[in-house]
This record gives sequence, C-alpha cells and structure tokens, in this order.
Amino acid sequence: MNEKFRRWLCGDTDVLENITDTTEIPDAPRERIKENVQTARRTVLKAPEAQRTMLLERKGFHAAYTAVAIVSCILLIGVLLFIVAGLPLYGQENVRADEVIKRYIESGLKETGAVNIVSGMILDYRAFDTLGESHVLFTALVCVMILLRRDKKNMRPDYEDYYTVREDVYFDISKDSILGRVGTFLIPCIFVYGLYVLLNGQISPGGGFSGGAVMGAGMIMFSAAFGFDTVDKFFTLKLSSYITFAALSFYSFAKGYVFFMGANGLDNGIPKGAPGAILSGGLILPLDVAVGLVVACTMFGFYSLFRRGSIGGASAGTVPTETD
Amino acid sequence: MDFIRNFPLFTIVFSLFSGVLCMMLPGKAAKYYTAAYECLLIFFSASVLWYTSVTGTSFTYVMGEFPAPWGNEIRGGVLEALIALTFLIVMLCSAFAGWHFLVQDIDESKINLYFTLLNLLTAALMAMTWTNDIFTGYVFLEILTLTSCGLLIVREIGRTTLAAVRYMILNLLGSGLFLLGVVLLYDITGHLLMMNMQGAIAEISKDSRQMTTLTLSVGILTIGLAIKSGLFPFHFWMPDTYGWATPTSASVLSALVSKAYIFLLIKIYWRVIGIDVLDRMPIGKILCVLGMCGIIFGSVSAMRADNINRMTAFSSAAQIGYIYMGIGIGGMAGYTAAVFHILTHAVTKSLLFLSTPRLAEVSDGSLLFKKLQGSALRDRQAGAFFLVGSFSMIGIPIFAGFSSKLLFSLAAVDSGSNKKLILVMLVLAVSSLLNAMYFIRTIIRIYTHPQSAAAQALSSVTAGSAAAQGLAAGTAGSAAEVTSREKQRRASGLRRPDYIIPSLVLIAANLFLGLFSWAVVDLIERGFGMFF
Repeated sequence: MNEKFRRWLCGDTDVLENITDTTEIPDAPRERIKENVQTARRTVLKAPEAQRTMLLERKGFHAAYTAVAIVSCILLIGVLLFIVAGLPLYGQENVRADEVIKRYIESGLKETGAVNIVSGMILDYRAFDTLGESHVLFTALVCVMILLRRDKKNMRPDYEDYYTVREDVYFDISKDSILGRVGTFLIPCIFVYGLYVLLNGQISPGGGFSGGAVMGAGMIMFSAAFGFDTVDKFFTLKLSSYITFAALSFYSFAKGYVFFMGANGLDNGIPKGAPGAILSGGLILPLDVAVGLVVACTMFGFYSLFRRGSIGGASAGTVPTETD
Repeated sequence: MDFIRNFPLFTIVFSLFSGVLCMMLPGKAAKYYTAAYECLLIFFSASVLWYTSVTGTSFTYVMGEFPAPWGNEIRGGVLEALIALTFLIVMLCSAFAGWHFLVQDIDESKINLYFTLLNLLTAALMAMTWTNDIFTGYVFLEILTLTSCGLLIVREIGRTTLAAVRYMILNLLGSGLFLLGVVLLYDITGHLLMMNMQGAIAEISKDSRQMTTLTLSVGILTIGLAIKSGLFPFHFWMPDTYGWATPTSASVLSALVSKAYIFLLIKIYWRVIGIDVLDRMPIGKILCVLGMCGIIFGSVSAMRADNINRMTAFSSAAQIGYIYMGIGIGGMAGYTAAVFHILTHAVTKSLLFLSTPRLAEVSDGSLLFKKLQGSALRDRQAGAFFLVGSFSMIGIPIFAGFSSKLLFSLAAVDSGSNKKLILVMLVLAVSSLLNAMYFIRTIIRIYTHPQSAAAQALSSVTAGSAAAQGLAAGTAGSAAEVTSREKQRRASGLRRPDYIIPSLVLIAANLFLGLFSWAVVDLIERGFGMFF
C-alpha cells in the first residue's frame, strides 16, 4: 500500500498499465481477478523503471519524505500562529473594518425586510455569491452522477450483476421492523421540521441550505426504512432533474432580474412585506424554497448514487438508457 | 447608463442557466445549444471590449440595489473583456474540435452532463474574470475546481480517475490556502470588495508589523493559486491530468483553467494589494525564481517524456513558468508580457492538445513516440496543426510565441535591474533551445517515414544495388501506406469541418497575436492603465 502510494506520488503512470486499464470484461470470480492483479504487479515490479524507484526507496526516500512533510507542517503552523498574533484584536473597535458590519446590523431589517440578518446578507446583500454557492452543490451532484451512475463503461453486466444483487440483498435494511416502525413516527416529523426551517429562513435561524439538508435526511431515512422500491414510485430521476432545473433556473433568472434592475437604478417592484411575517423579505422566501429543493434533491441523489448507482428507477443490473 | 454595461452580467447568468439546461437536453442538442449560446457570449464580450476600448473607461456594475462596500460588484474593463473573449473562443473551438473523441471517450448517456460541466466551467471562468469582489472569486473558483475534476473523470478509465483524485487533492489544498488568505485579508481590512480593500491596505502597509502579517497572508493566497495553476514545485500533477483526459478536457484544462487562476492572482495583485505595496514584498522575486525553475525543469522533463501528450503537458508547466516569471519581473512591461503569454498559451496549447489525439488515432491509438513515427504523413491536417502549434511554442517569428518571448526580454530590459536582465535573458535562451530540441525532435519523428528511414539506413551502410533495392522497397511500402491511410481516414470519418474550422480559428488567432502583437499589447497596457 505504502509503496503503491509513493510510486503514485512519483507519477509513474506506466506502473498501472496492467492494473487499471482492463478493457475486457472479466467473467472470472473476484478471487481470480485479484490473482491477476497480483501477477501484474509482480511483473511490473520487475521492470527497470520500478527497480529504479525501489533503489530510490532504499536510499531513504520514505524517511526524507516524512521528514520534509513534518518540517513543512511545523513551518506552516508557525507562520499561521505568527499571522494570527498580528491580526486585529477580537472585540477591539476598528472604525475602518466595522463600516460594512454596522450597515448590515443597523439597516439590514429595513433594507431587506428579513428579521434574520444572516438570510438578508446571503440572499440580498451578497446574493451573487450565494447564486454561485447553490451551483457548487449542483456541480458536485453532476460530478458524482458522472462517476457513479451506471452506464456501459463502468458496469460489467455479467460480472457485476451477481455481486450487486447479492450486496443489495445483504445490505437491504428495509425489512428491519424497528427501523420501519420508528420511521413511521419519525419521518413525518422530520419533513415538517425541514419545511419549518425552510419557510422560516427570513424570520429565524435556518433557511434554504439547512432546511434542505433536513428534508434530504428525511428522504434518506425514508428510503432506508421502506426500501428504494417505495421511493421509486414517486421520486424518479426525471422528477429530480425537473425539480433541480426549475429551482436553479428560477434562482438564476429571479436574481438576474434583481441585479439588472438594481444596477440600472430601476425599482424591481418586489414587495418587502411586514418584517416578521411569513411572507416577508422580498425574494428571500422563494429563493430559500428553491435552494432547499436543490439541496434536498442533491443529498438524496448522493445517497442514492452511492448506494446503487442511480437516482430513482433502474433497479440493479439494468443499464439506464435515459438521456435526460 | 449604456446597455452594454449589462453584458458581463448576462455572460455569467446565461452560462449558469445553460449549465442547468444542458442536463435536461439530449447529448447532441446540448452540443448545438452550447455552440449557439457561446457565440452569443462571444458577441457580448466583444461588445464590452469594443465599448471599453472606444470610451477608454472601465465600469463597475452593482449586483443588486446595494452599492459598493455592502453588495457584490463586477467590473468591466479592457483587460477583463480581452481575457473573457479569448477564453470563450478557445472554449468553443475545443468543444467542437474534440467532439469526435468525446463520442468515443464518453458514454452516450453522459454527454449532456459533460456539456453541463463545460457550461458551468464557462460561468466560473466568466465570473472569475469579471469579478470585483474577492469572495465571489473564491466561490467561482470552487465551481472551477469541481467542474475541472468532473471533466477529467468523465472518461471513466483507471488513469483519469487516478489523475482526477490527485488533481482534486492538490486543488483542494490550493483552494484551502486561497480561502485562508482571503479570510486573513478580510480580517485585516474588513472588506471584501477589491477597491475598498486596496484603500485599507494602503493605510495598513505604513505600519511595519502589520506589513509582515500582510505579506504572509498574501504569500499564503499566492501559494494557493500557484498550486492550482501548476507553478514549479507543484507542477507534477500536470502530465497525468492533461495526458489522459479526453482532448476537449485536456485543452480546456491546460489552456483556460490554469490561466483563470493566474488572471485572478494578477487582479488581486493590482486591485487588492496595489502594485506599489506589492513591490515592497519579496513575493515578486520568489515568483520570478520559481517561474525560471519551472521553465527549465518543465522543459527538461518534456525532453525525457516518452509520450507526446506528457511532453506537451510538461511544456505547459514551462509555459506557466514563463507567465509567473513575467509577474515576477514586475512593472507594467512584466505584467503585460505575462497577460500576453496567457493569451498565447491559451490559443497554442489548445491547438496542440487537439491535434495529438488525431496523430495517435492513425498510429494504433498510441501516444508513444515510437508508435507515432510518420503519423503526420498519415494525417496531414493534424500534422500541420501540430507543426503550427510547436512553431509558436518554440518562438518562431510570425507566430504568437515569438512575440511573447520578445515581450519578456523587453520587460527584463525595462525592469532596470542588471541581475534580472541577465537571468531572464539566460533563461529565455536556454529554454528556447530546450523547447526547440523537444518540439523539433517530435516534428522529425512524426514527419519521417518508417520505411524511408530504414531505406536510408540501408543505403548508408551498403552501396549500389543494395541501396536501389532498399529504395524500391521503400516506395512500395509507402504506396501501401497511402492506401491504408485513405482507408483509415474514411473509416474514422475525420474529414469533418467541425474539426478543421475550430483549428483554423485557433491558428488564425495565433497568427493574429504574432503579427499584430502591437495592437494586443496596446490593449493590455490600456487595460492595466485603468486597473487601479
């Protein structure tokens, strides 16, 4: 393991030639594949390139590597401590630095209509950053989909199928009666709580990201307690993509509209509402709902992709052909 | 307010929306949609470039109703528009020229996801170019990091997955250090908007104890971006990352992504730290030395590579070194040379990375030099494109590479320090020699016929009839070669305009940068002039 890591660090790509690029579909059981990999490694080790790296190791490469790592860590710690010692003191009044914070605290309520100043800051004052941030999550979901969603390239139908089905049966906890019973009581509560956090983002601590995370956790628990088959009946890949698409494009266009009107000195005509009411804070509530939906879909999507390589539908062994 | 001032906002919001939309479209529709809207984006950027250079002013654009220190801002100037325009053109060309390989490398159910990532990457590039707020820079830098990892793993072979893991670890380290730097600067100045930060920093830098803190914070931020863009000691992820990715990804990652980090760094130096304050820090000198090391070591590694893509990737490490050397030389001339080289490298390296897979395709799909013998004769177009790219990289006059090398030496002369002048000239001379050595070796290899080489060897050893026999064998061999080449070409369906036109556009851009470098340099200097 250690040796492999070090070689990887050296950037010897050809070492992996026989290991990672197996294009043929192996029909052998796992044990034989393991054997093949071991023989491949053994032949690789005999290569002159590998002998060179082994020689390098004998000369204390590993020791030197550890030493350099420790020294640079200590150096970094020292530098950071030195910087922290030079920073402005906590609690000390700093006229220059307080200009922005003061405005947020003093006139945040009046200008954004949100009692929760944090919501006002992230969804109104600095909404552009949050626009990016909500797309970061979406990007992560797309990356995981690319890596884990089953397709012809990362699935070996004959070979994987057997193990996937076996694993699915082995790890299926939906028949667990304790989980099912507790889930019956708990899941509605989790969803109601998630909705509460989501809808009250402009009044109390919470908002789109946290509410969405709670609802996503509820979805995960639901699928764990009642099995993926139950979830698939109402939550498919298509629905998930439509929700994400609608929420994110609503976000982009709503905020694009506000930016455009604001920059051109026009009134955007969005009512601020009475502070403290549910319908207050202008666009904050709809944006929170949009972000919450994206976060919930993303969290459940991660779980589902990691568990079985697809979001909704497409039971084990079938290669999804959908293009949406 | 002129309507054109809204265009930077449109480029960002449209590309974010297009990213999400492409998830809903089938693969082919996503491709054509991407092409259409990127043309629109190119029009937007070109208009901003025209507007700012004609009026001679830059503008800030308030994102929302809250002005300067409270809300977000973006900024349009000549420099931003020029960089955005180049990035978009290269992006469009790469997406189209690599399409043929995209279909082979990616499972068809995931092509739309690939374009989703590509469009999100465009959004991140645009936002990082236009931003006037250091934290917006960080948010979109995160999107850039994630999308570039996604562009790598999409090929789904062991090597790219491994390369992506390594790339991601290093990139996250870089992001972390950058975030740390941003947080420290925010703590010191109390602002996130670039102009307000600059004002605060100008005041703080009078105190020497605070100046040390400031220097270290800027150092951490710089290391973060240096890791992400692949400056010398951190360049070892490059060959694997660029070498095995699908051609479009390799071209986008090497030509655009690393450049976006460098442009953000330049922007921070000029607009956050202020160039006068920066001159009092030792950072410039360190970057100069590391850049020089990068040039030399990158070129030496490129010479030792046995694989054409790895060679090109190591050459990227050397080119990144050039850019950092320009930043290190400092002054208007140094930064102008650095930005010019960003443009040069963007149009040249994408051309190289888009032609090498075609050379490999006619050589049993292998990128190894020993298999590539004579590949340019089997695919003359790709050979010609590679030739142009390498000439530009070596620095042959009329190509862009020559102009940027000239600018670097002029900047060294301008810097007024003899030590810098001698070192830069020496490094430029040595690196040009090394560049010429490894690129010309490649050119000779791809343009010599295996058969005729054998025939020549034969004729030099024996005389008379033996040589005639050898030559006859050679011609017979090449005739057979011609027919097989035709067959291969027809089979691969490579005579498509969607490969040739983007490559010709890149070559035209290269020649434009080489022949009309004075115009571009003038634009860059005006951009820096309004950068304060």
